[in-house]
Amino acid sequence: MSVTSPPNTLREGPNENGHFGIFGGRYVAETLMPLILEVEAAWKRAKVDPLFWSELEYYRKHYIGRPSPLYFASRLTDHFQGAKLYFKRDELNHTGAHKINNVMGQALIARRMGKTKIIAETGAGQHGVATATACALFNLECEVFMGAEDVIRQKPNVDRMRLLGAKIHSVTSGSATLKDAMNEALRYWVSKAETHFYIIGTVAGPHPYPQMVRDFQCIIGEETKQQMFEAEGRLPDTLVACIGGGSNAIGLFHPFLDDDVEIIGVEAAGHGIDSNQHAASLAGGKPGILHGNRTYLLQNIDGQITEAHSISAGLDYPGIGPEHSWLFETGRVKYVNATDNEALEAFALCSKMEGIIPALEPSHALAYIEKIIRSLPKQHIVVMNLCGRGDKDLEAVLPRLEEMGKL
Amino acid sequence: MTYYKEQRIKLLFEKLSNEKRGGLGVFITASDPSLQISQDILRGLPAAGADMIEFGMPFSDPMADGPTIQAAGLRALKAGGSLKRTLEMVEVFRKTDNNTPLILMGYYNPIYNYGVENFLNRAIAAGADGLIVVDLPPEEDGELCLPAIKHGLPFVRLTAPTSDNERLPVILKNASGFIYYVSIMGITGTQSFAIEGVRNSVKSLKSHTELPIAVGFGIKTKQDVSEITRIADAAIVGSAVVDVIEKSLDANGNGNAKTVEDALALVQDLASGIRPKPQL
Repeated sequence: MSVTSPPNTLREGPNENGHFGIFGGRYVAETLMPLILEVEAAWKRAKVDPLFWSELEYYRKHYIGRPSPLYFASRLTDHFQGAKLYFKRDELNHTGAHKINNVMGQALIARRMGKTKIIAETGAGQHGVATATACALFNLECEVFMGAEDVIRQKPNVDRMRLLGAKIHSVTSGSATLKDAMNEALRYWVSKAETHFYIIGTVAGPHPYPQMVRDFQCIIGEETKQQMFEAEGRLPDTLVACIGGGSNAIGLFHPFLDDDVEIIGVEAAGHGIDSNQHAASLAGGKPGILHGNRTYLLQNIDGQITEAHSISAGLDYPGIGPEHSWLFETGRVKYVNATDNEALEAFALCSKMEGIIPALEPSHALAYIEKIIRSLPKQHIVVMNLCGRGDKDLEAVLPRLEEMGKL
Repeated sequence: MTYYKEQRIKLLFEKLSNEKRGGLGVFITASDPSLQISQDILRGLPAAGADMIEFGMPFSDPMADGPTIQAAGLRALKAGGSLKRTLEMVEVFRKTDNNTPLILMGYYNPIYNYGVENFLNRAIAAGADGLIVVDLPPEEDGELCLPAIKHGLPFVRLTAPTSDNERLPVILKNASGFIYYVSIMGITGTQSFAIEGVRNSVKSLKSHTELPIAVGFGIKTKQDVSEITRIADAAIVGSAVVDVIEKSLDANGNGNAKTVEDALALVQDLASGIRPKPQL
């Protein structure tokens, strides 16, 4: 923590210009400015409108299936012989991940703005599927930008999006992965400003997106707090979540920022931080400007953005949400990492011990928990955000687990 | 602190006004397709008819650029292009040309990474005359625009068809050098402009600012240059020139003497489209 006097709350950011400390902001071309100012105005109106929240609450309950359970992972707890482990089961949401929490909120805003067409970027395809789902529900046209590499790697999700009625733009520019999909979606948006709303999938992009997406994901942490009081009569001691852009993590963390709770974010270390083939922006990057905000980025000495690597397509992004960069620099949240192989082992362990096949993304969080939980006292409570289910990953995971002798 | 004194942009637009004609701005990406060929094209631009040069600082993720200039940036980076090298190229250019305004155009991250003060001092020392940094809107003026003004270096603003009467004063507040009007809603080199819309927008801009107005994005041909320079102070052509560079490359993506020749021949052709502005 900073030695100067801390603010009364860590939850009031960003400021009116979208800055969290030096991070965040609106670093976009003038051609995009009117669009994001329009989104900001609509978001400000919706935020104070009880009708908006009651409408969202309806869909959360009846369509997404919230609240998601807070589940005591008793076999893993017994196995580790350390602290008690709880899972926040956001993989049980409709479409199988936390992404839908944000998409429903933004889709309702788009409708209020009278927009009839939706753009989204996607890496692993989870955000794309969630967006295509909401668009089917609300009868909105949906166009999803996806790196050509990812279109091949994540074919089942591409098929799901097509079935849901979305049009896929396979992006071949740059390195043909998530960052290029986002570049292309932003370029496309500029030319379609009148009719299109851009649903960004993570807590990145220009203001107001990092704040707006966070506020829609905060339902994860708010429910967790209440459910933990019901289960244990107190706050948890430690929260752990994986981080790519960081939307599931900020959703769990944010409602606890002012509480006496240890908070840990787990980045993807790929083949290892020293290998230079990883997706850990905080551990291996430095501050820079990309996709409309200042944040920690993987970049070379000349400020050119470099490729991220993670076995998990959802964490395979060279940046991180600006609020995480701020929480990192203030020291409120501790950021660590886990490698591809560690995540694969946790993937297998969770499947066998709990009957839950986790996505590769939260497998990184579980991998880190395994490193610390044995040495924690039995009354200590750890909550992990199980933010997605692993069906989508089987094709990538099974050959690797066979190699490792884990099947 | 290095202070900018040359005023080449101002002198150019005074000259154009005296000659009663519009100007031609030409964009190329530094180090595309190689350091040497790019330097040769740069050196030849003024004689070929470019009144002003937009010199692109390559960036891996150019958010406002279409496929042509994206590809040029990747070629430049592959050829070893960097911000440091771009500034060295400007320095070399100034050994043979002391009049043609050269505006550095690009994205903020390489500059931020280089260090704003360091960048401004070196850009001015190298002989640059202004900056166009696409992803720095007025909301982020504290980053580079205000420091540049302190150094006396013009910070050129982009305005768009969507910049309405409410937005324009915000954009123009700290603008200097000239105004770069983006003629289409989109990215570089993709669509074509509608001349009536451009005429109205330029007229509206003129009522808000004394600064000269240059028009860019979507201007490809001699005919386009001719139409635009009748109604604005300058036309800027980028993708069309970069496209000629790309087409001249061999199967391995290497340039040659023909690359320089073809690029400069196109600029000569574009410059022949410049007509005097009608007398008012």
